[in-house]
Amino acid sequence: MQKEYTGKPVFTGIAIGKVTIYHKKDSVVKREKVDDVEAEVKRYHDASEEAKKQLAELHDKALKEVGEANAAVFEVHQMMLDDLDYQESVENIIRTQNVNAEFAVATTGDNFSEMFANMDDDYMRGRAADVKDISNRVVGILSGAGAGGFTATEPSILLADDLAPSETVQLDKSLVLSFVTRHGSTNSHTAILARTMNIPALIGVDFSEDDMEGHMGIVDGYEGRFIVDPDDDVLAEYKKKKEKEEEQQRLLQELKGKPNVTKDGHVINVFANIGSVKDVADVLANDAGGIGLFRSEFLYLGCDDYPSEEDQFKAYKTVAENMAGKKVVIRTLDIGADKQVDYFHLDHEDNPAMGFRAIRICLKRPEIFKTQLRALYRASYYGNISIMFPMIISVDEVKKIKEIIAEVKKELDEQNLPYKDCELGIMVETPAAVWMSEELAKEVDFFSIGTNDLTQYTLACDRQNPNLEDFADTHHPAVLREIEYTIRNGHKGGAWVGICGELGADTSLTETFLRMGVDELSVSPSRVLAVRNAIRNTDLSK
Amino acid sequence: MKEFKYTITDPQGIHARPAGLFVKAAAKYPCKVTIAKDGKEVDAKRILGVMSLGVKKDQEITVVCNGDQEDEAATELEQFLKDNL
Repeated sequence: MQKEYTGKPVFTGIAIGKVTIYHKKDSVVKREKVDDVEAEVKRYHDASEEAKKQLAELHDKALKEVGEANAAVFEVHQMMLDDLDYQESVENIIRTQNVNAEFAVATTGDNFSEMFANMDDDYMRGRAADVKDISNRVVGILSGAGAGGFTATEPSILLADDLAPSETVQLDKSLVLSFVTRHGSTNSHTAILARTMNIPALIGVDFSEDDMEGHMGIVDGYEGRFIVDPDDDVLAEYKKKKEKEEEQQRLLQELKGKPNVTKDGHVINVFANIGSVKDVADVLANDAGGIGLFRSEFLYLGCDDYPSEEDQFKAYKTVAENMAGKKVVIRTLDIGADKQVDYFHLDHEDNPAMGFRAIRICLKRPEIFKTQLRALYRASYYGNISIMFPMIISVDEVKKIKEIIAEVKKELDEQNLPYKDCELGIMVETPAAVWMSEELAKEVDFFSIGTNDLTQYTLACDRQNPNLEDFADTHHPAVLREIEYTIRNGHKGGAWVGICGELGADTSLTETFLRMGVDELSVSPSRVLAVRNAIRNTDLSK
Repeated sequence: MKEFKYTITDPQGIHARPAGLFVKAAAKYPCKVTIAKDGKEVDAKRILGVMSLGVKKDQEITVVCNGDQEDEAATELEQFLKDNL
């Protein structure tokens, strides 16, 4: 039967495989009386020297396997063994209590590790494990105990209470798919090692060891789930997720930093669509060339009043700075239709998709629009921002927008606030904009084709109506012809043309769009690599 | 006796590795070297003691060198702190 546990993920990813439990070697230390205390002190020093020799070897091994930053711990361990407080404590216990070295070392280790465990700092608390680790090593040498542990013979999910640094280094890494531990912190060696090895790991998992060894397990390092004996459908779902993840990783390795060029040398941009500031991390992780659609609605949704110029400025500036000079196309407010906000006090509409929305609200209520434009222009100074207007149907609208922009710039000049001249563009998402594209191209720097709305308006199929699925053919030739027509007219008027709707991510159409001459495709961050891959596999000369 | 104060700028504070390097540097000199924070003083030649101070970013420590080669020791240790912590 499926069992599920939760834990704190310290590295993302998915692992599927057999579960193996790591058994610590038996470290029960007996207290024994000794007669010759000086001989016992010498035994301790000899064991300590041997331990340092082992640590030096581990240091070399770790240096090769996990890099200098992770190997440094073994240098620190050697110094801990050399620490005079530590040595004096051990010697003192042997001499005053007439006891064996094993007991003296274990007691000293416990005392020092307790001291670290009680410190008010997460990092230092993590060091308690280091002191325990060196003491166990010395005790192990004194008592002649063999190596413990990890008995897997195939790549497995490793379960443990916690792993000491020396234990993690001695593991055969090729047999570890993931770490799941009961204890540990995000600063623990297990966590650090997982990050270095790029494998998922969970800590703080309160698992029960019964019926666990050798069973099938799944670690979900995204959601913090550990599943044992998964049901068939759960296993199938995770296998799919893992395949997708591996494909993404493979593409990333292959494509990182490479241009989006077809086999015959045609280069285009692949950008990402985002809906909030925090999505920028995904954009960078997937190696997108820029942001082709930054929906600004998130600033307006989920609050009780209009967002201030300052709040907007900060959000736009953050994104522009994080993208470090790469293009960021920000779309102005697209409220209305399926995105309603109470404080706008919009009347109820029977047909909101064709209603009072987006640029129409902005042109009717210029004070709202001006606040956003001021924030955008002020932020433009800090990066490479382009501004895009949604739901355009006529040249006249673009002219009105430009008049408002001229006013905004004049105000900023008067206030001595710096800004750059942004590229201006429009969404082509209405059939009207398609048919007026020749004239519109002369007014703007770029077009971005919004295929979702364009399909809805062209085919007269409501996007929200599930009964229309059979009719709303996303590959309908009418829409494809509109795209081709728009690209041709855009280029005629000197505007670059991109596609930012869902169709842009449809790799079965990538070649079609390239043949039409599209300049940019903007897709959700998770689709960036797949689209880039499709472009690089296309040959337009054939 | 040479004494100087230093405020830690490293975001992680005096963590294990630099503590180890500091101890190594201090151990080269015959003079006694101590580090104190908030009235608690430890031998700077002993790593567990130095780590037990749990010095974090923006906290001030006082280093005292006393004995043979105290000037050289203070100069080197102050430079070490500036470069590493």
